[in-house]
Amino acid sequence: MAIQSPSIDLGGTISVLLGRSGVSRGYWQSVGRRLRRDPVTLICAAILILLVAAALLAPWLGLADPYKTSMLRRLNPIGSPNNLLGTDELGRDMLARLIYGGRLSLFMGVTPVACALLIGGFLGIAAGFLGGRVNMAIMRTMDVFYAFPSVLLAISLSGAMGAGAENTLLALSLVFIPPICRVSESVTTQVRGFDFVDAAKASGASTLAIVRVHVLGNVLGPILVYATSLISVAIILAAGLSFLGLGVKPPEPEWGLMLNTLRQAIYVNPVLAALPGVMIFITSICFNLMSDGLRAAMDVKA
Amino acid sequence: MDSALPIADRGGPAQPLLLAKDLRKHFPVGGGLLGRGRKVVRAVDDLTISVAKGETLGVVGESGCGKSTVARLLIRLLRPDRGTLVLDGDPVDEPHGITVNELRRQVQMVFQDSYASLNPRLTIGETLAFAPKAHGLPAAEARARTRDLLAQVGLDPESYAERYPHELSGGQRQRVNIARALALRPRLVILDEAVSALDKSVEAQVLNMLVDLKSELGLTYVFISHDLNVVQYLSDRVLVMYLGKIVELGPVEAIYGNPLHPYTRALLSARPSMDPRKRTHEAPIQGDPPNPIDPPSGCRFRTRCPFAEDVCAAGEPLLTETPAQSVACHMRRPGSGHSKAAAA
Repeated sequence: MAIQSPSIDLGGTISVLLGRSGVSRGYWQSVGRRLRRDPVTLICAAILILLVAAALLAPWLGLADPYKTSMLRRLNPIGSPNNLLGTDELGRDMLARLIYGGRLSLFMGVTPVACALLIGGFLGIAAGFLGGRVNMAIMRTMDVFYAFPSVLLAISLSGAMGAGAENTLLALSLVFIPPICRVSESVTTQVRGFDFVDAAKASGASTLAIVRVHVLGNVLGPILVYATSLISVAIILAAGLSFLGLGVKPPEPEWGLMLNTLRQAIYVNPVLAALPGVMIFITSICFNLMSDGLRAAMDVKA
Repeated sequence: MDSALPIADRGGPAQPLLLAKDLRKHFPVGGGLLGRGRKVVRAVDDLTISVAKGETLGVVGESGCGKSTVARLLIRLLRPDRGTLVLDGDPVDEPHGITVNELRRQVQMVFQDSYASLNPRLTIGETLAFAPKAHGLPAAEARARTRDLLAQVGLDPESYAERYPHELSGGQRQRVNIARALALRPRLVILDEAVSALDKSVEAQVLNMLVDLKSELGLTYVFISHDLNVVQYLSDRVLVMYLGKIVELGPVEAIYGNPLHPYTRALLSARPSMDPRKRTHEAPIQGDPPNPIDPPSGCRFRTRCPFAEDVCAAGEPLLTETPAQSVACHMRRPGSGHSKAAAA
């Protein structure tokens, strides 16, 4: 929570300085306490950390070269002596490709959501807080994007801009701006209606100070939870685009692309062909369960 | 502007602290595409209020009569469709007057819902320090101000400054809200149903605290409530509203002792009394107020008034001075044409 309002940290600092930290628990402290008691969320977070760490540290893990093909060792089964998870249709080591593939797949999942969070979140909070015509202009523009199903929009955008990781990233970011904007707008509108915002206005504080202290702190939590749940959608969409040949180009290891190329092997070695799908499944379900856990932990009434 | 200094009285005791002239606020509702054929709720219609220095002006009326809209207009949380605000001689938001921000420095408000009016993510100390900091008070001084404020509303600064709103009871939260309203050292505090949500024993404590704070800090109150007994206890003058209009205005003794408007009488007779000799004789008014989207012509109360005559539908009664109070009723205006009115 790097973006939370600094005054909350200040409160924490004061209570530490006065040695009274046990008297009262801050909001984020109580969220952390509830998260620590939620084994499902903790396990999901651990798996995700493991996946991300493995992807980041891949070159130093002593894995086989994910690009090295071998005509002799094609489609080796899982548990082969040199290839723990077998080899793909060109004889490349599956374990190495799955871990290296996580780099692109996770990147394609997180980056578009982060970009969309910045742009969509800003637009949504602005629309919600300012209301009136600004709200009308922003939200009706978003509605135009809503007219297209998100998968179709992503396919048509990357189709129009051409294949490649950058274009996929751009297309996915554009796809996620409207839903994040809409969620941000609705939570901000709700918070804006509370009397404490009116009281802050009545105190003569600047709009910026009111948004920073009174709106962001109450709005960022729900928006972040929603964005987390979109990461799994982004990973699946990116994989889908690669599968269709609109995303990452071969021989780059990427889970969606691997599913596509292993498609022909499904009759020869179905378990092997399903492995990239298993990775996508594990990652997206972990992100989904984690966002559920976050939502539950951030519910004040819980 | 250094917010640490209380603002000195400038216009002398006779000049009203806050004068609201011809305030009007209509809210558009529904309507067709592009705002055509829109109807309006006439929440506040050409209201003129003057608040004298050091007094408590009580505002009473049924739900939906525009009390809260008046409160929000007085502090400019709502922009009036027309009308002016004059604070101690200075027009607000006009070329030679003071800014809205300066008005808000001197006029503060306490809201009804003690929970919704506190940010759940901030400690009490942070909530109280927000306004002084926004006006440029250094953090250390703001912290000291916070402690003074908590002490002023009867909460121990040591234990409450670091608590969160959900850890406080309703009465404690409302004390914090009052402390926040005092944080900028205002001259006028608007209390919009500030004690209505509290239970009776806590309400009495908070009311007594408000009385003490008023004399201690030299405050002026606009006290908005639907509770006639509380208004009687606290107010110097009382203003009775009906559908966005003033129906009667005068000193508390006159309004409660000798109400002249049929609506005021009905309101007062509807309140329960402990004294069996003062039991209800006049029938309390029936039904709900008419829809403010399309208020009755002439006198807005005529649809529920037992004395309504043709003249009441024809013309709107003007606020007329009587020896003790002002009242907007054709029966009290000599020569109005009403059968009960005195001849001109």
